[in-house]
Amino acid sequence: MKLFLITTLNGLTLAALYFLVASGFSLVFGLMRNVNMAHGSLYLLGAYIGYQFQEATGSWVAAIAGGFLSMALLGLLLQHYLFRFLEGQELRQTLVTIGISIIAADLMLAYWGGTTYQFEIPDALYGALRGIPVIKVYPIYRLFILVAAITVGIALWLFLNRTRIGMMIRAGVDDRDMLSATGVNVHLIFALTFALGAGLAGLAGVVGGSALSIAPGEDLRYLLASLVVVIVGGMGSVAGSAVGAILIGLTEQYGLAYSPTYGVVYTFVIMVAVLAVRPQGIMGRSA
Amino acid sequence: MKLSRRSLIGLAVVGGLLSSTVLASAETIKIGTIATLEGAFAVLGKEGMRGVDMALKKWGNKAGGKDLVIIRSSSDTSPDSAIRAVKKLVEQDGVDIVVGPLSGSEGLAIKEYAKTKPGVTFINGLSAAQDTTLRDPAPNFFRFTGDGAQWMAGLGEYVYKVKGYRNIVTIGEDYSFPYTMALGFLNDFCNLGGKVANRFWVPIGNKDYSTIVASIPDDIDAIWVGLGGADAVNFLSQYEQAGGDKPLIGGTITVDQSVLGSKGRRKSYVVGTPSAGPIADSWDNPVWQAWKADYKAQFPDGFPTPSLFAHGYFISMSAALTALDKVKGDLSDGHAKYRAALTNLVLDTPTGKVSLDENRQGITDIFLTEVTEAKDGTLYNKVIKIIPQVNQVMNGDRAKFLALGRVGRNVPACK
Repeated sequence: MKLFLITTLNGLTLAALYFLVASGFSLVFGLMRNVNMAHGSLYLLGAYIGYQFQEATGSWVAAIAGGFLSMALLGLLLQHYLFRFLEGQELRQTLVTIGISIIAADLMLAYWGGTTYQFEIPDALYGALRGIPVIKVYPIYRLFILVAAITVGIALWLFLNRTRIGMMIRAGVDDRDMLSATGVNVHLIFALTFALGAGLAGLAGVVGGSALSIAPGEDLRYLLASLVVVIVGGMGSVAGSAVGAILIGLTEQYGLAYSPTYGVVYTFVIMVAVLAVRPQGIMGRSA
Repeated sequence: MKLSRRSLIGLAVVGGLLSSTVLASAETIKIGTIATLEGAFAVLGKEGMRGVDMALKKWGNKAGGKDLVIIRSSSDTSPDSAIRAVKKLVEQDGVDIVVGPLSGSEGLAIKEYAKTKPGVTFINGLSAAQDTTLRDPAPNFFRFTGDGAQWMAGLGEYVYKVKGYRNIVTIGEDYSFPYTMALGFLNDFCNLGGKVANRFWVPIGNKDYSTIVASIPDDIDAIWVGLGGADAVNFLSQYEQAGGDKPLIGGTITVDQSVLGSKGRRKSYVVGTPSAGPIADSWDNPVWQAWKADYKAQFPDGFPTPSLFAHGYFISMSAALTALDKVKGDLSDGHAKYRAALTNLVLDTPTGKVSLDENRQGITDIFLTEVTEAKDGTLYNKVIKIIPQVNQVMNGDRAKFLALGRVGRNVPACK
């Protein structure tokens, strides 16, 4: 019972981390139909840059801000100099961004080396919370990720559904010519969306790097996780990313606890099942 | 033979750049090296190549009176990547000798490949799976470094008798090298009466250990951790954050330089962790200290002290070159003289004497160490004891050792 509860909690907190990464991916991939296979690289680069920020300032909050802002800026540049010219050409987007991710991975390996980096998280978040019924102790930081993910999720949903810019983003996805005709600068809107998505990846890099660690190879891991989450949950929907992340996070942890050898397989079983029964994803709209 | 040389020359003409080395092939010896220069073990692969470079520098790029041509190749710890790398070296570059690979499962794959290429001599880099040499060895595959079980020599006895641990759990990645280390450690520990409450084998690349941490029972004395590199760092910090307080016992690559060198609060936690392996950075032996100084001089950007990867590849490359010197670069007759020289070699290494057994497996000294904090705040492995000349069956009865069975998740049974 104790193991089951802890595993469930682990699954939820892992899901929270996946959600942070995948929500940015979903925003770009689902809403703008931009296939960004370099999303994992944004995660890892954001983490590394966040680490540099912490080294320079000694503050973990600076690392979070640094990870988010640097990747948001990079996202802006990517959209302006690259994706603008590849609109609607999914195959080219895929190939170009895979290229970027390979080059980025090698450049990061060359600069930061293969060493594992860890963030110094603030004392308030460090250590274990004791005295919880049944499970006794649980790391505070993992609970923090859960809270952070829920906050980001709600903020993102409010942003997309309750603000003027959110409305414009959704309108731009449905009919960009019409939106443009009403006098809105569509490029600017899309650049902002991309920046937000990329920034979330950078933020997740610091948050995830503090929970686990940052090392070469993490980029692919989180790209894969985001892909699976978005495919399972449904593209372009915040709720879909949340459902997908919870499903994948729980599956991974139950798998690890109860049949470690085949833990990896279950995730893909779910993906295959969803693709077979409901190809648009659990919460997705059919195209 | 004639055909292959013609096609080689043809290739060289097309390639342009290679022509001089190929045409001069009578006076040169081609050695291919394989290390993990990509993937999670990239930093360790780079260390391996540093060891190769140290040997080359010592020999001045010549052995047995011939110039050496070194061709470097990379794998990523998976057996198929190692096979790709070795095939490229043997079948495209036409190397005479292969030095590598680095990781356990790669070694098993290359041993099988070696059997299909009797004209090439294979010298292991640092891969440490047991059955690379113990069962069904390849006649042209030589290993001058220990296997994972040998590296654990003395550790089981030390934690049982000195530390007083009786009941432990083990955790390691789910592949041959951690299994081999666990076998070496548990062989001693269980023979003395120690018990294993559970064994956790996690998929390679898993970063989230929280569920494993939750499954560790409360009534144990210590945890044997066979994880390496980034995996060990992840596990240690998560275990600590979840309020874990059981002492650790380290596998050979758990508390090596790549882990000791990493930053964060975990540092204070690993102090006092015993482990065993083929090197100990603080050993006060002058030969070792001189070698260490050479490493630092040659690689100012390397680790604070050389890791076992640089050490292992240095030994492997030194063995290859020493034997070449002995036969004056004569590789005729299908490397017959060269292999005889390798087989009978008694190599003086920075960590003592190494010789081979009848399966061409190294017999080496093993260091029992404990993590200690130096005055300047850095961590290092302090030598507790040296276990001299450990052979592949850990100096026990060969038949009895073989009867433990092939390495696997639950070997030895420990009942």
